[in-house]
Amino acid sequence: MKVDRRSFLGLGLGVAAGVAVSPLTVKLTDDLSIWTQNWPWTPVPVDGEVTYENSVCSLCPGSCGISIRKIKDRPVKIEGRTGYPVNDGGACLHGIAGLQYLYDPARIKSPLKKSGDKFVQISWDEAISEVADRLSEIRKSGAPEKVACILDKDSGSVAGLLKRLIKSYGSPNLFTMPGLESYLELTASTLHGQDMTIGFDLENSDFILSFSAGIIEGWGSPVNCFQANASRKERHAELWQIDSKLSNTAASADRWIAIKPGTQADLAMGMCAFIIKKNLYNASVIDSHEFARFASKVQNSYPIPKVSEITGIPSAVIKEMARAFIKAAMPVAVFGRGRGEGSQSLKELAAIHMLNCLAGNINKKGGTVVRSKSDYLSFPDESIDSIAKQGAAKAPLGKYIHDFFEKVGTGGNPAVEALLVYNANPCYALNNAKFVKQAIGQIPFVVNFSSFMDETAMESDIILPVHTFIERLEDVPSGAGLSKSVVGLSKAIVKPVYDTKHPGDAVILIGQALDASIAGNFEWESYEECLESAAQNIWDELSEEGFVVLTAGASREKVNIDAAFLADNSETVQIKGEGELILIPIDHMRLPADSPSASPFAIKTVSDDIIKGKDSFIEINPQSAKGLKNGDYVLVKTSVGSAKARIKLNEGIMPGVIGMVRGLGHTFGNKYVSGKGSNINELIAPVIEAGSGLDAASGIRASISGV
Amino acid sequence: MKKENIKAQKFGMVIDLDKCTGCGSCMVSCMSENNVSFKEDESNKKDSINWINVYQITNGKAFPDIEIAYIPRPCQHCGGIGDHGHSPCVSVCPATATEYGYDTGIVSQIYTRCFGCRYCMGACPYHARYFNWWDPKWPTDMKKYLNPDVSPRMRGVVEKCSFCYHRYQAARDKAYYEGRKDDIAEEEYQTACTSACPAKAIVFGDLNNPDHLVHQIVVPDPHPDPRNHKVVGKSGNPEVFRLLERLGTNPKVYYLSGREWVRKAGDNYLPGEWEKLKINPTGSHGHD
Repeated sequence: MKVDRRSFLGLGLGVAAGVAVSPLTVKLTDDLSIWTQNWPWTPVPVDGEVTYENSVCSLCPGSCGISIRKIKDRPVKIEGRTGYPVNDGGACLHGIAGLQYLYDPARIKSPLKKSGDKFVQISWDEAISEVADRLSEIRKSGAPEKVACILDKDSGSVAGLLKRLIKSYGSPNLFTMPGLESYLELTASTLHGQDMTIGFDLENSDFILSFSAGIIEGWGSPVNCFQANASRKERHAELWQIDSKLSNTAASADRWIAIKPGTQADLAMGMCAFIIKKNLYNASVIDSHEFARFASKVQNSYPIPKVSEITGIPSAVIKEMARAFIKAAMPVAVFGRGRGEGSQSLKELAAIHMLNCLAGNINKKGGTVVRSKSDYLSFPDESIDSIAKQGAAKAPLGKYIHDFFEKVGTGGNPAVEALLVYNANPCYALNNAKFVKQAIGQIPFVVNFSSFMDETAMESDIILPVHTFIERLEDVPSGAGLSKSVVGLSKAIVKPVYDTKHPGDAVILIGQALDASIAGNFEWESYEECLESAAQNIWDELSEEGFVVLTAGASREKVNIDAAFLADNSETVQIKGEGELILIPIDHMRLPADSPSASPFAIKTVSDDIIKGKDSFIEINPQSAKGLKNGDYVLVKTSVGSAKARIKLNEGIMPGVIGMVRGLGHTFGNKYVSGKGSNINELIAPVIEAGSGLDAASGIRASISGV
Repeated sequence: MKKENIKAQKFGMVIDLDKCTGCGSCMVSCMSENNVSFKEDESNKKDSINWINVYQITNGKAFPDIEIAYIPRPCQHCGGIGDHGHSPCVSVCPATATEYGYDTGIVSQIYTRCFGCRYCMGACPYHARYFNWWDPKWPTDMKKYLNPDVSPRMRGVVEKCSFCYHRYQAARDKAYYEGRKDDIAEEEYQTACTSACPAKAIVFGDLNNPDHLVHQIVVPDPHPDPRNHKVVGKSGNPEVFRLLERLGTNPKVYYLSGREWVRKAGDNYLPGEWEKLKINPTGSHGHD
């Protein structure tokens, strides 16, 4: 058929008329508006009666009281509990985001067993018997000491049950992750005696001298510290911050005194020397053991000009600090770099606390509280059989966790046959994390009690998924440098969301499935029964009020001071490695350093000069940046690792020092949190302190080069 | 309701920047209270929704004289020029999706009316408004924690801080139920950021009510600034300021700082202008 001009135009007009008459355009416009304005997939949260329940947060050692708003049975919001003796209504961002942990994409939903490279789901009965069978086998072979256990902390009834399991099993290899409370106890036992701990009365002090303690960076009990810092502004109490970087604490302080990384111990010793030389100290310390030897040693070894050279702080400023501190009415010196976790030097902690002793602030208002560890739990005595006695008598594989991994990772024959990990993520959080991961890989059988599939869980052979703090009943003792001692009761606010168990119940079941001598030590129906009987002295008040204040205010205990450790003056741990720069970790309130990792909300608040896309930033003073610009990519190299990162020029960090925020670079299955930035713990090598055996690395030498 | 029948409240806040530690609790408390969404990568801050955003500022000096401070920035709930309710965003909204509440001073946002033209975002001098470029997605079970008092948003609409208006509604309902009419006590209506702040740096309440702490700290001048009639409600406290105050947007969010450089960071000044204004604090470049 020939299409002439007339029929072509006719057809065109016909089509146009047809389209105009047909509902097509109307339909398309309608669809478009529906597409942009109708949202059936948008969730409509179910409404219902509003109730509030009190509980305690155990995400960090802060132990804040929380109030949970529920709609019917559904928790929708976490806020601080008003009147709670730790945090009186305040809450930190991680606690507030707590409900995200309940439904975290990385939550482990049922017990898992590793088979090849994959995990397969198993039942709880299978999981418990797998663990019990393996542990029984190792015990039968006569080597119970080859089972080790790592805990997040050394307090509370769940840690108590795990310690009981390891003790009745017969192993000396029990380790805790390095936390502020463990360092406080260690400092107290070095200077005052066994089973004591130290608290800081920050809310009453009129002069806080902080040796790089990140008082508003998450140190201690964070909310309590925020409140003390805010009230400080009203009381006109001073804070002087000694830090290598303008941290938030330094920014909030009245004075920021920049110090070369890792020289805090020398500074504290120098200040002690100056105070003793000028006879400014509280006379009662003279009675202390070995004080004379300490006084002469410190005056000989730490003259001010030498200390000034080591620390980079002018002599006049050191003297001014010492005078201002000692002459204040209620001074307190605060120790524990950053959050007070991770690696710390005992010499540094003890030397700074010696300043408190010299100021005579022990058990004084606004000073430090030195008291016995609060012991509110009483478990029945264990029966220990001969195998356990023999095993426990063996030498432990190291004094602290780093020694342990050093031995596990470098020894030939497996030094450890089985490892139990509770609520800790050493494969991420310890220095030289890659080495730790490799060491754990050499352990034939790793059992992990965890709520989340984190780096350490991924290296485990059996995972026993446990309730989050919102799903479980538990005693939560405070610690972490608070001046008072409080036990709170965490409650099961919701029924378990997944097929998880209470860690206490899991431990009891494992105990009951082992030899009769061990099973006899775990004769409880459930964890709940165990807790009620172990905490019977305070149970009525604890269950009724939700908390018990064990001690408050200054302790009346007589406190001895023993200067012997400091008088020996072990060598200050130096920063090791090669390179013209010193890399230090930066603790950031919005990013947790250990388990559990950040929530999606917390990650969202982190600024784009800390994390951008998949990149971390290296903070560097423009003076040291050699022409590098903001956002430039560099390779950071240390003796144990390297990482690509971007440059953040910062006038608030000392020249010659570079910093990287801790808490990034996770590698597990939570897209909101993982695959962002680098883990600084993979760049820092542990340095063992001669006098204590602790990993005391405060940083590492590093170099940066363009990529 | 007619304007004159209303006992006018003017809700506002004052944030003590010397107490603020930049911890981020206010941001997360807001997200959790108001069902704010999150996505895989939130490091592109241009598409990251934060009803209250905490900015870091510095005094611009070199080591070791540098100082830093944090400025939390919720919606400023502007009263507009002369405080007549013509907020920058309200004035430009073609959909009547955002309105000025003459009874509360709160600028509302009605998601289902918004058709996403984003004029309001362009008009807002404070970048307090955010656009939903995508539908929010919660990992399967996380939908269970959503708060029924605040509608989750959808792709194509603008959202912003509401001063937790649902909390005001709840407090008002309670007051009515108890026969107190609209007599709401100060502590009955507090925003989520205020109650979360562990440093108690945020104080929230009725700026018109002399019994409320926020009024006592701010001491707002009810009369127009004699040198710049656009500005109403200037603080009588020399340490209190508002962001870009001289624009005459009349925000109801005030800031408090004892540090001069922080107060100076609240506006843009020509060289030497700040010093002149310090000598003559009422002086301003408005239309006399």
